[in-house]
Amino acid sequence: MSTSELTTISAEELKPIHLPGAIIPAPPEESDTSIMRIEIGPAHPAMHGIVRLTTYLDGEQIVGMVPEIGYLHRGFEKESENSKWIQVIPYTDRLNYVSPVLNNIGYSMAVEKLFGVEIPRRAQFARVIMGEISRITDHLTCLAACAMEVGGFTFFLWFIKAREYLYELLEQVTGGRVTINWTRFGGNGTDFPDGFLKEVEVRLEKVQEVIEEGDQLVTRNKIFIDRMKNIGVLSKDRAISYGFTGPLLRACGVPYDIRRADPHLVYDELDFEIPIGEVGDSYDRFLVRMEEMRQSISIIEQAIDKIPYGPVMTRERYLGYPDKKEVYGSIEGLIDHFKMVMEGHHPPAGEVYQPIEGGNGELGFYLVSDGSGDPVKCRVRPPCFNYVQAMPELALGHYVADVVAIFGSINMIGGELDR
Amino acid sequence: MQLVLEFLALSFVQDVLKILFILLLFAMPLGTFMTLMERKWSAAVQDRIGPNRANIGSYRGRGLLHIAADALKSIFKEDLIPRGADKFLYTIAPFFSFMSAVAVFAIIPIAGPIGDFKFQVTDVQPGLLFIFAITSLGVYGAVLAGASSNSKFALFGGTRASAQMISYEVFLGLSLMGLFMVYGSTQVSIIVEGQGEHWFGLIPKWGVFTQPLGFVVFFTALIAETKRAPFDAPEGESEIVAGYFVEYSGMRWSSFMLAEYIAIVGVAALITTLFFGGYQVPWLYHWESAPQWLVTLLQFGKFTSFTFILCWFQIQIRWTVPKFRFDQTMALGWKKLLPVALLNTVVTAIIIVALA
Repeated sequence: MSTSELTTISAEELKPIHLPGAIIPAPPEESDTSIMRIEIGPAHPAMHGIVRLTTYLDGEQIVGMVPEIGYLHRGFEKESENSKWIQVIPYTDRLNYVSPVLNNIGYSMAVEKLFGVEIPRRAQFARVIMGEISRITDHLTCLAACAMEVGGFTFFLWFIKAREYLYELLEQVTGGRVTINWTRFGGNGTDFPDGFLKEVEVRLEKVQEVIEEGDQLVTRNKIFIDRMKNIGVLSKDRAISYGFTGPLLRACGVPYDIRRADPHLVYDELDFEIPIGEVGDSYDRFLVRMEEMRQSISIIEQAIDKIPYGPVMTRERYLGYPDKKEVYGSIEGLIDHFKMVMEGHHPPAGEVYQPIEGGNGELGFYLVSDGSGDPVKCRVRPPCFNYVQAMPELALGHYVADVVAIFGSINMIGGELDR
Repeated sequence: MQLVLEFLALSFVQDVLKILFILLLFAMPLGTFMTLMERKWSAAVQDRIGPNRANIGSYRGRGLLHIAADALKSIFKEDLIPRGADKFLYTIAPFFSFMSAVAVFAIIPIAGPIGDFKFQVTDVQPGLLFIFAITSLGVYGAVLAGASSNSKFALFGGTRASAQMISYEVFLGLSLMGLFMVYGSTQVSIIVEGQGEHWFGLIPKWGVFTQPLGFVVFFTALIAETKRAPFDAPEGESEIVAGYFVEYSGMRWSSFMLAEYIAIVGVAALITTLFFGGYQVPWLYHWESAPQWLVTLLQFGKFTSFTFILCWFQIQIRWTVPKFRFDQTMALGWKKLLPVALLNTVVTAIIIVALA
């Protein structure tokens, strides 16, 4: 095959297609070979997770892009409909696999909303602490990958090291690093082990050190700024119309945070700031996430100061298993336990939408119950679905090397995107 | 015995011996060692341990055996030629890269001359012009690999490499203009000889002191010329995967990698020669009664250690800074390095005229 065959693209291939967000360049004049199509992904080192970006290039410049998702589709929603309510929790671990605690919390809160119960205060604080740790791991992963895409490999490994400190914390409480399956309806599966909160403080200090160190290495580096600044700019209005949430919307200058807008758990008792960006480019997204980690650390410290003693699981019979003492000691306990195991939870009929601030933006669970043991509908609103849709607009007019910088900064997580 | 000595005295035989010595005992071992050094040093920078698993029995040698393991592995790997590739060009492309990386050592003196005998394969009269010619040939390696692989990513890498390397050739040449003027020749032996002098008997008259600007531009241009980070847009591992050699496998792929590491040593050796006095040991002239063998040994040691330090410095750069985008690489060259190099040439000329 000659070189010209490689680069020639037929007018047929440039027909507009109906995929959300797709941008296709106008068909070229006769015998014009200036447009070249390359497939970035699905198997490409920079497409963490699996996604395909069909990119049209004029020289090195991007003139069109078609994002294609679905390579990691596992049928989460359908699978949930065929499971008991409680059996969905392990599935949610696999949604955003770098911040599994937040997915657990989001789903459990949605079901609790269906039941209309409030969980004990200690459990709420525990969820805040674990959730914020999870948010930090999410941001650490995203920033690390983002810097790696533009060549900061050392930064990548430093942040992954810091993430490891936090994963070990999660492991102490939940027994797992990624697939943690920690929350229950009406509380949490386990309480903190002895001395855990002290350990958290020690580890957070170490993480803070790594963050500041990484900050010095990369944030004011001329090459890094050149690669990130004014790359992938999105205006406020466009961001809102795309349905952006979370760090990406805040980077565009909209101070919208669900922890503030719709305070769940005990976020209204905690003091934290919402960092916002100015122009909404990759660099702003980087800085916003950087600052959010510092805020998360401060949130955790406040929560540790305020966390009360008490149970971590509600005493409502229809939510949790009865005590083992009761199961073996009384007939009511045994029957309750048996029914819970065999039939599962029975939330009242109705529908509910519960958004929480996930690591990546608004993570929403829309649940429909008909009063039976299985969910009728379990729909997830993944934050990064909207981001990938905006990918062509973000990348248009930039160079092919910027695709990875932009893609790194929007933090697409395949498990959550394709579900 | 007599016959052997006569045979050794033949200049042809001496050349062959020198080539073997410099290649097999200096460039290649250092180049292969760099593959491990890079992994080990990057591990140290990144709070890791680095490779330490390859072993013979219970002997691990702090990861040294990985060099052998890597070589063995790539020899036994399948040598794939992608469908639709131009077989001939695809096959010969690695040789261009490898050859141009190795040929740099031909004009580098690794120790001072003893009488008529020079520790240098050939002291060609055009001197550094030879380097420019050889590095230009290196462009063919990347371009042919990129064009013949029948892959769009490789094509990208090839075009980027050709544009980048041809542009940086310009600054490479311009940045040395000052040096040529200061030492009055392009011949390597004369430049190194000139760096043996001292100002006030104290500061060695090294190129880095006489030509600080030239040094910065030359070092930058040379790193870009060898496509090392932060100028590795032709490889662009994150966006175009591995650039021009993305389709290569087995030993051909290894030749590209090895060429890169030998080029690191080549860059270091060249900069030592031109800007750090080459084999000249500073202040050695105070010790007039030093035996010749010791002086030669010291010179070789000084040259090798400086080469080694500069190799380390290049690796440290790679693991510290992010990468330039391709257009930024070009902008840096044409908008910043070119004026600086020209300024350096003019200022050097004015100073030389004023002093004369």
